[in-house]
Amino acid sequence: MSDTVLPPAAVESRERPRRWGEGLSLRWRQHAGILGALALFFVLYLFYQVSHPRGLTGQILIQNANEVFALALVSMAQTVPVLMAGLDLSVGAVMTLVGCIASHLIDGSPGEIALGIAACITAGAACGFANGCVVVYGRIQPIIATLATSAIYMGIALILRPTPGGRVHEDLSWAVTSDLREFAATFDLFDDGEASWLQPFAWIPVPLILLALIILLIWVPFIRSVTGRTVYAIGSSESAAYMSGLPINRAKLAAFTLAGLFAGLGGLFLALQTSSGNADIPQAGAYTLNSIAAVVIGGTSLLGGTGSAVGSMIGAMVLRTISFNFRIFDVAPLLQPLFEGLVLLAAVSLGGLKLLRLKNKLEVFR
Amino acid sequence: MSRTADMTITPRGLRLRPDDKPVVFAAGFVLLILLVGTGYTLYTQGSAPLLQPQYLVQQLQVGSFLGIVAAGLMVVILLGHIDLSVPWTLTAAAMMATAVGGPWAIPAGIAIGLLVGIVNGLGVAYLRVPSMIFTLGMNAVMRGLMVAHTGGFAPQTAATDLMQYLAVSRIGGVIPVALLVWLMVSVAVVMILTCTTLGRSIYAIGNRERAAYLSGIDTNRVILIAFALSGAAAGLAGVLLAGYSTKAYQGMGDAYLLPAIAAVVIGGTNILGGRGRYLGTLVGVILIVLLNSVLSIMQIPEAGRQIIYGCVIISMLLVYGRGARVNG
Repeated sequence: MSDTVLPPAAVESRERPRRWGEGLSLRWRQHAGILGALALFFVLYLFYQVSHPRGLTGQILIQNANEVFALALVSMAQTVPVLMAGLDLSVGAVMTLVGCIASHLIDGSPGEIALGIAACITAGAACGFANGCVVVYGRIQPIIATLATSAIYMGIALILRPTPGGRVHEDLSWAVTSDLREFAATFDLFDDGEASWLQPFAWIPVPLILLALIILLIWVPFIRSVTGRTVYAIGSSESAAYMSGLPINRAKLAAFTLAGLFAGLGGLFLALQTSSGNADIPQAGAYTLNSIAAVVIGGTSLLGGTGSAVGSMIGAMVLRTISFNFRIFDVAPLLQPLFEGLVLLAAVSLGGLKLLRLKNKLEVFR
Repeated sequence: MSRTADMTITPRGLRLRPDDKPVVFAAGFVLLILLVGTGYTLYTQGSAPLLQPQYLVQQLQVGSFLGIVAAGLMVVILLGHIDLSVPWTLTAAAMMATAVGGPWAIPAGIAIGLLVGIVNGLGVAYLRVPSMIFTLGMNAVMRGLMVAHTGGFAPQTAATDLMQYLAVSRIGGVIPVALLVWLMVSVAVVMILTCTTLGRSIYAIGNRERAAYLSGIDTNRVILIAFALSGAAAGLAGVLLAGYSTKAYQGMGDAYLLPAIAAVVIGGTNILGGRGRYLGTLVGVILIVLLNSVLSIMQIPEAGRQIIYGCVIISMLLVYGRGARVNG
């Protein structure tokens, strides 16, 4: 844009302060969704903790973290296709399928358990990869392709677990669903969790650490790679991304595979948490639909191009905290779905306020 | 960009027009299902009950509930939106219809559906909330309202005689009344889509809302009406379904959303909106209903049915539902 008649000095003196300010406001706009969700979460959670009869204890924190984990991962899974302006209706089914596999495999010697975990993770990623192949090579719309594959995955899950049951390794199940001290004690690490340096962190629930690890080791490297940036670019404008020479097919395959991987990790944890596998079709559907809600609350646009899995994780926390609050205030269980629905509608309708700021009516349409 | 590419293909000889392809293939698949099912019954029982008119009419009667839901849903999908509130709109309409009872039962049920549809339309058109999430929220709200209303149990009230007549009876013992209701809904939808400005506006919005707005269409009003139609159709289906099972019950609509979406899409309607014919949806509904019925005759367990269901949707779409390559 600067190939005009302005001398370089003038350009510089005019642009430098503006660029700094613009950068800040851009960053603010990019993260406004996440920050809003985070604020909502803190308000709701503080409210919950203040009104909880027993106050903030480690046990309650652990319990909350356990209840959040599976939904958080399924929501993170949902985020990746949504960033490409697609939708993955199979995340709940992949979670259920991997949970059923886990209920068969996660037992026995440490070696067998390690192999079992690897098999579960691979199965999740393979389901996602299959979705990606149908979308990329079959050129079928993601929403309808994943609707079909979710039926297939649920069918396989039903074959594996016609009735709820199975078992998982008890020590492992206990270790990943409690705090860091218990985790260390279970596996005889760090003086059974009594090492002095560990004490400041010993209260942290293991699920929260796992979430942080998954974000730092999988999500952050992914979005910093060319493939990850391409996912965002596809969401903004697929044809522009294509014209820029970005690897579109690779990005789509990777995005769906990552979604399958996240959903599979969620299913693995759910199996460890409940010590069983259950091919429950309504439950899978509920997780899929809640994941869409969590993605939206977490500030990711369903139109693609903006958002983050971290936001969706916070969105999942917001959804779960709402139901924690119901428990505290003894809202009749019958009224809970009504309030959940109203909160969801209110949250998304607030987005309608931005219409008031539009200068050009055409901006309303995509 | 992808949609215009197909339009330019000119029909030559026996070559199918792109819009006819889904209808022809889906109809062919319906025949295939009947053949496979008949082969199975001939082999196991030595008879061919699937080819008897009673069986087919029975299937059409059962399919009319799904057909009415799919007709409404298709209008919304043609806009490029979706209505996920169908399950509990249907259930709420059924429960309210049986609760009101008397001569006002059917109007009450349809009015509930219409009301939910209007709220959906307001949220999607005027607040510009993505339809996927707004209708999902409305579904949760309706579920909450109905659970609170009934206490979580099946309501004790029964369907009125008129509702049962519409759903169960047969004129002259042959033609189900439900089928006639489906037929009337179908004619209405075809008329709206092909003969009115509303219908043309729906296709225009599905193709490019911005262009439709610039050509002077009040797009918000059209979206509102489309969602109202979808809600009313779900309400009508709920009223009929309550009549069929003589009462309303929790979760009676859960089995209708995904099959309805599948029927619309198998019928060749583009899930992104703007393209699709009602005839396709009609054949799609028949395909889904027959597939379910034949699979249960063949005593395939739930797991196998799910897998076959998924494979059928994918393979049908691989034949005629593929998008264009991205090329700038």
